[in-house]
Amino acid sequence: MSAQRTALETPYPSSPRPYRPGLAERLYLPLFSGLLVTLRHFLKNVFRGTTYTIQYPEERRDYSHRFRGHHILTSRPDGSVRCVACFLCAQACPAECIHIEAGEHPDVNVEKYPLVYEIDMLRCVFCGYCVDACPEEAIIMSNNYDMAYFTREQSVVGKADLMKPFTFDENLLGYRPRYPEEDEKRARMRRQAFSLVEAARQAKEREELAAARTAGGALQ
Amino acid sequence: MPTLAPPPPETPEAPAAAATDGLAAVRARFPAESITPQQGLDQPTWIVEREILADLARQLRDDPATKFDLLLDVAGVDFPDREPRFDAVYHLCSLSRGARLRLKVPLAEDQPLPSLIPVWKAANWFERELYDMFGLQVSGHPNLRRLLCHEGFQGHALRKDYDPARRWILTEDKIYQPKFDLPQTADDLFERMIVNIGPSHPAMHGTFRLMAVLDGETIVASDVEIGYLHRCFEKMAETHNWQQVIPYTDRLNYCSSFINNVGYCRTVEKLLQVEVPPRAVWARTILSEFSRIMDHCVCNGSTLVDSGGLTNFWYMFQPREEIYGLLESCCGARLTVSYGRIGGLAQDLPPDFMERSRRLLEIIPPFIDDVEKLVDKNRIWIDRSVGVAAIAGDEAVNWGWTGPCLRASGVPYDVRRAHPYDLYDTVDWEVPVLYGGDVYDRYRIRMLEIRQSLSIIRQLLDRGMPEGPYITDDPHVALPPKEACYNQMEAMIYHFKLIMDGIQVPEGETYSMVEGANGELGFYAISDGSGRPYRLKCRPPCFPIFSTFSRLIDGGSVSDAIVSLGGLNIIAGELER
Repeated sequence: MSAQRTALETPYPSSPRPYRPGLAERLYLPLFSGLLVTLRHFLKNVFRGTTYTIQYPEERRDYSHRFRGHHILTSRPDGSVRCVACFLCAQACPAECIHIEAGEHPDVNVEKYPLVYEIDMLRCVFCGYCVDACPEEAIIMSNNYDMAYFTREQSVVGKADLMKPFTFDENLLGYRPRYPEEDEKRARMRRQAFSLVEAARQAKEREELAAARTAGGALQ
Repeated sequence: MPTLAPPPPETPEAPAAAATDGLAAVRARFPAESITPQQGLDQPTWIVEREILADLARQLRDDPATKFDLLLDVAGVDFPDREPRFDAVYHLCSLSRGARLRLKVPLAEDQPLPSLIPVWKAANWFERELYDMFGLQVSGHPNLRRLLCHEGFQGHALRKDYDPARRWILTEDKIYQPKFDLPQTADDLFERMIVNIGPSHPAMHGTFRLMAVLDGETIVASDVEIGYLHRCFEKMAETHNWQQVIPYTDRLNYCSSFINNVGYCRTVEKLLQVEVPPRAVWARTILSEFSRIMDHCVCNGSTLVDSGGLTNFWYMFQPREEIYGLLESCCGARLTVSYGRIGGLAQDLPPDFMERSRRLLEIIPPFIDDVEKLVDKNRIWIDRSVGVAAIAGDEAVNWGWTGPCLRASGVPYDVRRAHPYDLYDTVDWEVPVLYGGDVYDRYRIRMLEIRQSLSIIRQLLDRGMPEGPYITDDPHVALPPKEACYNQMEAMIYHFKLIMDGIQVPEGETYSMVEGANGELGFYAISDGSGRPYRLKCRPPCFPIFSTFSRLIDGGSVSDAIVSLGGLNIIAGELER
């Protein structure tokens, strides 16, 4: 057995023994089988349309539900922010890109809420540690990866922007806590809660629209 | 055809006993007070006085009973409150015996360390790094200047009293001007010129500066400068807690970031002595192999692009794309996965993991076949690569090489075989070896390894996914499940404690390694029990390989230099940390 141990026979090779091409190779013959490969791929691409290119942004890659994209601050059914400003996400963040300023919430059961919640998207490394750390499911991630800014200041995204991409289309959600044993009931409850918020948001939008109209009318 | 290394020995105890005997014999040749063994660590450790270091190193290398032929790593450690203040820590490995040894040399700031370049050429850059990061002097070093930090940098970044946020601006007058010590003749004055290739050059993958003295098309002498991508990984690790280092490890070898996660997590798990559940071990092995395939695809694809074969690049990148899809479905990111966690994985495997992996096993081989058909026997590629940047096995070992590049030089050293971890000793696979030591064989060996990796994955998939948790249930190490965290007071407290204070790793030190895509990826971690790494040294596999670069390209032509850089698979993120 110990003979096998010397799998690495020493001394190691002291001079390289390079590959020796055979006659056919020296006559460039295998080149033709290579040309057949490219020809095959060419024909396949032309006639069967098996191209792998994605015409971004018209076409998009289909990402999983775990994609770590732009953050979302979730809201309560009344539309207010769900975060309780416990600072766990800021603490867990390896890039130190989360800035929170806490304020006192009018509701005594909530106690605290963030006056300021900012994420510097240029610092963020999208590791998802904030989502792991959040004890309230207040911060989750979407699968939105279109993030481009003209200035560095724009890249510091505040509370309003983080809540704005909040969408109830489950397909657009990304990295978030999962419950393997999540039963149908819980899912239904969550959908209900979502639809309540969605209704509230739509109502708010309608109000704003109406307000804008009346303001426009007043101007005229 | 490649020759294959025999399977691992069935009785590893016997050589281990022999190793300690050999060590005792070498130790007896030195004064008793100059070597003090340190007990209770993961590998034999000697505290050595610096005066005898050079002699001891030579004897350890040459004595047939010890034969420490590979210098793995040199790490500095700063203890500001201790006298003497610094430790230089050498990690040695004997490839033929599988034994390891750690030498610690305590020294004060003004005490120079003897250079070990005459014993191991790998010491060259490691000693420069030691000087750069700790300001330790090395006597007898031919070129002791900064390596990772730029010339305008002041102070030494890894000393404990150095402020991590301190930055220095590199002004133009501080930029390094190479001095080549070449005999001048009348002809040379007209013919020779110094050309900078890089740092921003499409063929220098990453940002490296190659300064070459050209005589016509031939490189007469050359010098390389690195550090353009240095992001003080080790210093940052000291300012973050143990879990927070994981996203930083993603950025080491970013072509196979999951292997880095595994390497780091295994190191901390070794310190914590945590058991990783079988499901996580299984997933780690499979995903590591997929990452290795990806890395080899990138390397071979881009090497062939450098030599003019663009088509291969498309064929090699398609499997990589598909593997990224699998990784993304596991953890939500393609490149910087952060999927490993101390004690397991970040999330459970997706429900369709099996099907997706099996589909990958079907998709990948045709692309590999196509590339092999295109280039393996293609005379154009053979002319560009056979005999280029060739290095023999013994010299490569002396330079500290590991991984596919070393195996292409005829030394079948693979961490997965020599020091099996995870599930590698339970599957049937072989270590491919080739003997050319040139760019062609480095390309071939990667192709052979892709096939071996596929075979490992296939065997593990056939075995079936082990049931059970994906992360340890030790609440001091892993976050409790969210459900528990909302409903149970205990879990909530653990959750808060873990996030606020981090994992409390007990005092100790360890070196642990995995087979990265480029060779042995090691992490040397010291914990002082404070919740943050006291010192974390990464042993990047391509660091010693790239230190050989000048030796490989001198005498060749510029186009050979480009191809050989591609074949070495230098990843700047890992090289410069």
